[in-house]
Amino acid sequence: MKCKQIVKELADYLDEALDPTLRESIELHLEKCKDCRLVVDTTKQTIQIYCNSEPAPLPQTTRQRLHEALAKHLRRARA
Amino acid sequence: MNSPKLNPAPPHQLPSQVVKDDEPILVAAARAGDISAFETLVGRYERKIFRLTQNITQNREDAEDAMQEAFLKAYEHLSNFQGNSRFYTWLVRIAVNQALMKLRKRRPGVVSLDEEIDTGEDTMPRDVEDWGPSPEQRYEQSELGSILSKVIGELDPPFRVVFQLRDIEELSTEETAEALGLSVPAVKSRLLRARLKLRQGLNQYFRRGKES
Repeated sequence: MKCKQIVKELADYLDEALDPTLRESIELHLEKCKDCRLVVDTTKQTIQIYCNSEPAPLPQTTRQRLHEALAKHLRRARA
Repeated sequence: MNSPKLNPAPPHQLPSQVVKDDEPILVAAARAGDISAFETLVGRYERKIFRLTQNITQNREDAEDAMQEAFLKAYEHLSNFQGNSRFYTWLVRIAVNQALMKLRKRRPGVVSLDEEIDTGEDTMPRDVEDWGPSPEQRYEQSELGSILSKVIGELDPPFRVVFQLRDIEELSTEETAEALGLSVPAVKSRLLRARLKLRQGLNQYFRRGKES
């Protein structure tokens, strides 16, 4: 297996969506190829960092405007 | 000589912790007219929905409007929500549509998410460097947030939106495809490109030896 193919299968590999034979071939390649191993590790970290990141609190004015709009709309819907 | 140990790739974590167990109860109450139940749902998801609309539109005013419209639309159409998917997934889809409308308005002709695009053959990663353990711990939360926002903002919209839905909002590939009117192979190909581009963007901040 070549490095190019590792990259092609990377998304499915990280999502564990590959059949076991292909997965095994990739892991054999990764044991020998440091560059591919780093790409796999850092791409995995990229996903995790984004996935685990906490959204920032809403700016106060944004939150206020949202809740005012909701209150107005909900009151109207109820009437 | 021992072979280097491989960390088994963990499956992508699903579903998000954001989906609390009481969500169906709150949705049912809101559908029955309990306004405070809907307000609880809004309070629970407003930060995530704002981040979503902000990441898609890359414009604060548009993001705010899109978020507001998404919640209002969700309330208005709550009776149409069948409960076949998570409420949060349904809400995300509404918010994506609102955000995309804003983006298209601001950049007409530039954003066509459902057309086939060349994801390019040039996907071979450059800058292959070790990040060391836990690169996030080297930055304060707010600084890390700015880095993540900056790097994702540099992605073209078709890639950014797919990554946002698939890897941040944790929709499945099929849900992402359905939400964006794309084929599953198109989602996969854009996702790969997005992940590699983001990896490359983060590399300049996270590579070992790089001090914040």
